[in-house]
Amino acid sequence: MNRIHMLAAPLCALSLVSGAAFAADKPVLTVYAPEYFTSEWGPGPKIEEGFEKICDCDLKFVAGDVLPRILLEGERTGADAVIGLTTDVLARARATGLFAPHNEDISRLTLPVAWTDDTFLPFNWSETAFIYDKTKLSDPPQSFQDLLDAPANAYKIAIQDPRASISGLALLFWVKAIYGDQAEAAWEKLAPKILTVTQDWSESYGLFTDGEVDMVLSFTTSPAYHIIAENDDTKAAAIFPEGHYFLTETAAALKNAKQPELAQKFLDYILSDDFQGMIATANWSYPVIEKPGFLPEAFAALPRPEKTLFFSEDEAEALRAPATEEWRQALRR
Amino acid sequence: MKPAGAAPRHPARAAVRTLTAQGWPARIAAILVAAAILGPLAAVIRHAGGLSGLGSGDIDALWFTLWQAAVSAVLSCLLAVPVARALARRRFPGRGLLISLMGAPFILPTVVAAMGLVAVFGRRGMVNAGLEALGLPGVTVYGAQGVILAHVFLNLPLAVRMVLHGWQAVPSERLRLAAALGFGRAEVARHIERPMLRAVLPGAFLAIFLVCLTSFAIALTLGGGPRATTVELAIYQAFRFDADAGRAAALALVQIGVSVIALLASLALTAPPAFGAGLDRADAPPVRGARVKDALVLGAATLFLLLPLATILLRGLPALFDLPPSILRAAGTSVAIALGSTVLTLALALPLALAAPRARWAEVAGTLPMTASSLVLGTGLFLILRPFVNPVTLALPVTLLANALMSLPFALRLLMPEARALRADYDRLAASLGLRGLARLRLLDLPRLARPLGFSAGLAAAFSMGDLGVITLFSDGQRQTLPLALYQLMGAYRMDLAAAAACLLMALTFALFWAFDRIGQNADPR
Repeated sequence: MNRIHMLAAPLCALSLVSGAAFAADKPVLTVYAPEYFTSEWGPGPKIEEGFEKICDCDLKFVAGDVLPRILLEGERTGADAVIGLTTDVLARARATGLFAPHNEDISRLTLPVAWTDDTFLPFNWSETAFIYDKTKLSDPPQSFQDLLDAPANAYKIAIQDPRASISGLALLFWVKAIYGDQAEAAWEKLAPKILTVTQDWSESYGLFTDGEVDMVLSFTTSPAYHIIAENDDTKAAAIFPEGHYFLTETAAALKNAKQPELAQKFLDYILSDDFQGMIATANWSYPVIEKPGFLPEAFAALPRPEKTLFFSEDEAEALRAPATEEWRQALRR
Repeated sequence: MKPAGAAPRHPARAAVRTLTAQGWPARIAAILVAAAILGPLAAVIRHAGGLSGLGSGDIDALWFTLWQAAVSAVLSCLLAVPVARALARRRFPGRGLLISLMGAPFILPTVVAAMGLVAVFGRRGMVNAGLEALGLPGVTVYGAQGVILAHVFLNLPLAVRMVLHGWQAVPSERLRLAAALGFGRAEVARHIERPMLRAVLPGAFLAIFLVCLTSFAIALTLGGGPRATTVELAIYQAFRFDADAGRAAALALVQIGVSVIALLASLALTAPPAFGAGLDRADAPPVRGARVKDALVLGAATLFLLLPLATILLRGLPALFDLPPSILRAAGTSVAIALGSTVLTLALALPLALAAPRARWAEVAGTLPMTASSLVLGTGLFLILRPFVNPVTLALPVTLLANALMSLPFALRLLMPEARALRADYDRLAASLGLRGLARLRLLDLPRLARPLGFSAGLAAAFSMGDLGVITLFSDGQRQTLPLALYQLMGAYRMDLAAAAACLLMALTFALFWAFDRIGQNADPR
């Protein structure tokens, strides 16, 4: 399939018509998704298979930069729905006025924070956490304060740039939620322990698995991958009593969708048992509706923070620029 | 119109005619390139409704970008001179292979390069393990020094090759004459080496300065934090995080401005070579002495450039055969795109290089892509094409064009010194023989330029292989390239498979580069 596509691509590029002729028998639902979504290691293929069983349609993911693309295309966007928008871009996405209400009963959600958004529908969640290797780090920090107060050579950590990565930005809010006005002082204490700041989560995580850093900024759900997929229970999240910052990915339908009913059906499917029961191991994160059996045993047994921190969209948007500047000033010294 | 082959009465006038005849392809190429770079920038500015001001963070980024690029370029050039000299005057078994292998870091996809550098120079790397074993304090690579180390690692190979080409372009008659006159090393340096370096080094400096100016990913993993923010990253942030296309465009303009100033400065500093033509006899006379010094220089350079590559190989080999078929398909796609973009690069670079000795605009147009931000390029093209056609259907041609544009400046810079020598040494002869048009291209230009053409083709293919798909706006989510698959593997925690994919990517990239480079060297009549 893929190989044929590869060879056919130059031809298709020349003739627009030939592409449309193939799928004329079934309606096509076009969903914009992040690049990671559609690879065989992402959740895309499983979602596509599950939804196509019930929709009598052809679900087509278009992978790439979801929001930048929508912003450029405006009213004439080719998307019926989008999936994978993270909380940091919701304010900007909402401001476009291009998205329709999701019409779902969100009282069913079992999120650790109150979610009242009637446009953007969460489909998974996790929290920020520092991941360490139990065999290499015998005295992990017991709290965020512990981490700040540790001597400079106690641990070396890798974090992500809040100006380029969603997890990096979540760390910024995490620090802000705990330390408020004292955030800059907190960053100054953390700075000597930060070995490097990468642009992307995967580069940081690669430094961690290669043993270059002792701890990495990642998610409370990261150890699940190692335990379930690799049979390796040496990786753990350091759980802090101050709380951990909430992250979620959302989906939404477009107002100008060519297939509004299918788009709605897609949002219904996101909250179905089929979708929610599979997202844990497809995306290594928690489902937004938790029912018995939705999480594999080892996943359900992961330690969870007692407190979840989260800024509302408006608070986060107001904090983003000053908090980034604070971070930049503290780390450039 | 004279029948072909008839001897013209006025050789000089015929030479002028040949020039104008050859000028048209160059003009078309120059206009194409300028439109492809400046058009998208204009589209972004229009979309943003104007430019917006820069913040203090942007000024910091500009300052850091400038000084690290300058230091990286100076260091690369300084270190390249002894290495290229040793390669030029020594003959030993495996020399050709060593020259090819030493080119490898330059063509390494940046994400792979970072892995290798960390394995050697990182906190848990070989260097620190060695220092610890000796009871010495460790060194940290993270910080400005890491950025510069990475840039020297990546760009020293380019500088070595450019200086080595300079040495090889010195006719062996001059070296024989120098030997016959009993020149010592000081006289050789003064009468042969220095004029050659004056012709070659400003171009090498400029190329590396511009690469480091627009550097994005590699620098930043080793940069250690926000101190090491580059302009390219600031553009990325303005687009993605602040949705401020006006600021992104303003930064892109600053980047182009700085690059053009650097280009003009290097043009002013470049001295034309004045060795004249030789009889193309191979083998310069052997040089006595300095044997130990050359061996040390080559040994150190080999270790520095090849150790990180060896670590990538070792890390990736165990999982190489576990790679799923989809990765092999992605590899196939990457190779196909690389071959296409190589053809396009040469089609643009050759006419520009042949025109460049007499026309500065050709050089400026051909260097322009190096100054452009790929993010602005992608976004601008998207804005331009979108009203007419679904951009996704143009994913392939746009990728080919973008990859070819990115390689063009290097191809041009490699071809130009030889093209200049060709003009100076053979124009009159060709004119007196009535050799022009396609016949001249086939009999004179192509054979004389075979070596830099092969090298350029190798670079173009390699760059395209390592390209992460900057044009993600055009992605259809179906056709996957190898670097993209590598990132997806890393993003899905599959670090062992990612290491294997990195290893495969490095091997394929180098194989393509090596094949083109060899073809060029074998086709050189000298």
